[in-house]
Amino acid sequence: MSNIEKITISLRGIKKLYKVGNQEVAALNGIDLDIKEGEFAALMGPSGSGKSTLMNILGCLDRPSVGSYKLDGQEVAHLSDDMLARTRNQKIGFVFQNFNLLSRISALENVALPLVYAGVDSDEREERAMYFLEQVGLADRADHQPNELSGGQRQRVAIARALVNDPQIIMADEPTGNLDTKSTKEIMEIFQSMHEKGRTIILVTHEPDIAVCASRQLLVRDGVITRDEGKGVVLDVV
Amino acid sequence: MAFTALLANKMRSLLTMLGIIIGVGAVIAMVSVGMGVKSDVVNSISSLGSNMLIVSPGSTNRGGVRGAAGSRTNLKYDDAKAIKEKIKNIDFVSPSVSRSYQIVYGNQNWNSSVMGVTPEYMSIRSLEVSTGSFVSESDNNKRNRVAVIGSTVATNLFGTANPVGQNIRVNNQPFKVIGVLESKGQSSMGQDQDDVVIVPLTTAMERLMAMDYVSSVNIQVSDANKMDQVQEDIEVLLRQRHKIIGGKEDDFNVRNMTSLMETMSQTTTMLTILLGSIAGISLVVGGIGIMNIMMVSVTERTREIGIRKALGATFQNIMMQFLIESVVIGVIGGIIGIGLGCGLSMLVGKFGNFTTVITPLPVLVSFSFSVGIGLFFGIYPARKAAKLDPIEALRYE
Ligand SMILES: Nc1ncnc2c1ncn2[C@@H]1O[C@H](COP(=O)(O)OP(=O)(O)OP(=O)(O)O)[C@@H](O)[C@H]1O
Ligand SMILES: [Mg+2]
Repeated sequence: MSNIEKITISLRGIKKLYKVGNQEVAALNGIDLDIKEGEFAALMGPSGSGKSTLMNILGCLDRPSVGSYKLDGQEVAHLSDDMLARTRNQKIGFVFQNFNLLSRISALENVALPLVYAGVDSDEREERAMYFLEQVGLADRADHQPNELSGGQRQRVAIARALVNDPQIIMADEPTGNLDTKSTKEIMEIFQSMHEKGRTIILVTHEPDIAVCASRQLLVRDGVITRDEGKGVVLDVV
Repeated sequence: MAFTALLANKMRSLLTMLGIIIGVGAVIAMVSVGMGVKSDVVNSISSLGSNMLIVSPGSTNRGGVRGAAGSRTNLKYDDAKAIKEKIKNIDFVSPSVSRSYQIVYGNQNWNSSVMGVTPEYMSIRSLEVSTGSFVSESDNNKRNRVAVIGSTVATNLFGTANPVGQNIRVNNQPFKVIGVLESKGQSSMGQDQDDVVIVPLTTAMERLMAMDYVSSVNIQVSDANKMDQVQEDIEVLLRQRHKIIGGKEDDFNVRNMTSLMETMSQTTTMLTILLGSIAGISLVVGGIGIMNIMMVSVTERTREIGIRKALGATFQNIMMQFLIESVVIGVIGGIIGIGLGCGLSMLVGKFGNFTTVITPLPVLVSFSFSVGIGLFFGIYPARKAAKLDPIEALRYE
């Protein structure tokens, strides 16, 4: 990590309000948060506390109802849909709990998909996608379709896809939620090595022994961050 | 990308295209039949020559019982002569009579229609003689027993021998063959125009048929713009000669073949448009089929759309993806439809009793229509897909 620490994400007074019937529900109720470049942050909290809502806003999939979100110094809270799409494409890599791979195309084509929307030509797409498939140890499965892969392999393909456009931040919402212990270990090793290479990672998890891998642990409760701890502390979620 | 999506659902894509295929095919086949009818009608009328007026006797009307048109006997050779003499702007006047007779040469015989005509018949019908000569003025004046025969009659009676100078018997009277007509082939209505024997009008009337009237008078007007004027002049003249006064009905008919042709061609164009539009409805129905399937496809692929959007696809990216898909259905359906339509119309032309005419216009129009329909009916589903909210799309099960 460099000495002059750059702030990649800066949230101020973020609220997300949903109208249910004629009642307003605050899924997020005033979040202030700074995340520095290269940090590996784990978001913890009970079900329904607002973790996914926060991740969606951080990942530019959604806009906050109130508040300011500076990504890389640029205000993104009120960008248009297409500008948000471009921001996602260039700055953010997603890893989902249920992998979210396209089922009709090969692993390689799945990995290359963000490059299609980045306007990269097809030769370079293939080359870069292949490189990242190698990084997650799946070079020999490039032509397989997702349904021919195990859960752990699918999640590795998804990680390669998240990395392919060299984004600043990797967002992972319960990436090991659907995996067995062995695959979970493999995936977490990949996250560890990404962290060592200096990537910013934000990861939502329910499991304390996954959260301890992170350099920072945040506890969300009823739409606000209630605890913010460094490495090593075991947070009691429930 | 569009192709992979379409190939993933081959059966469904094919069924969707079928709507367009049938639509385009039907439009092309229907229009080609309509155009075929039109060209038949126009050809058969224009084969009579341009700027033609045809005078024929009216129908008999005895005690309120109307006979067939042309059944009267009061249109005389002299009427034709008077028209020629007194009315301006006329190139040719050709009165004629005709009847079927047995034609005999040696031990060969042939049944053919015998026409009595004046020399002007040759000009008015643009006939040529391949050997010998045509009926002359003096043949007509002297009521000579001479005949000009069509090539069908020539081959049937004479084989390969030269008929000119030989004697044939028509209704048991000897006629000398003075010429053979250049072959004109089949008329557009399927009649053999070479199966004819031409004799001088006076010979036919007085020696052969014992008629003192003619069955029709063909008149070629010198200028298309004078047609109506000449027609009126003829009517006035004939009423005078036939002593028809006041409001009494004409005992003859003057038909303007040019205006008849215009009417017929208008009617058949209407027919073609009608046929084409009915077929066009099936094209629109095909388009609705595309829309239907695209809507299903968008719903089915909601999750895919969510993933693509999360990875950075813009509104335009998604819109294009689905639009291209529906346009591809339109294009492929259109191309197969053109094949089907052309094939169908050729089959009808070959085995049905129709002439069919395929012109590039309906092919182009129905093809661009099918592409347009793919585009038009694709827009709504594509917009729906492109407007999906990524979070909701990702959550869709
Ligand atoms: N579209 C929505 N409309 C209304 N309420 C919503 C909507 N999305 C989320 N919420 C509410 O916001 C709150 C936070 O939801 P969120 O999905 O962020 O929880 P979470 O912390 O991710 O839970 P889990 O650990 O179960 O994934 C919940 O109470 C939920 O009901
Ligand atoms: Mg969640």
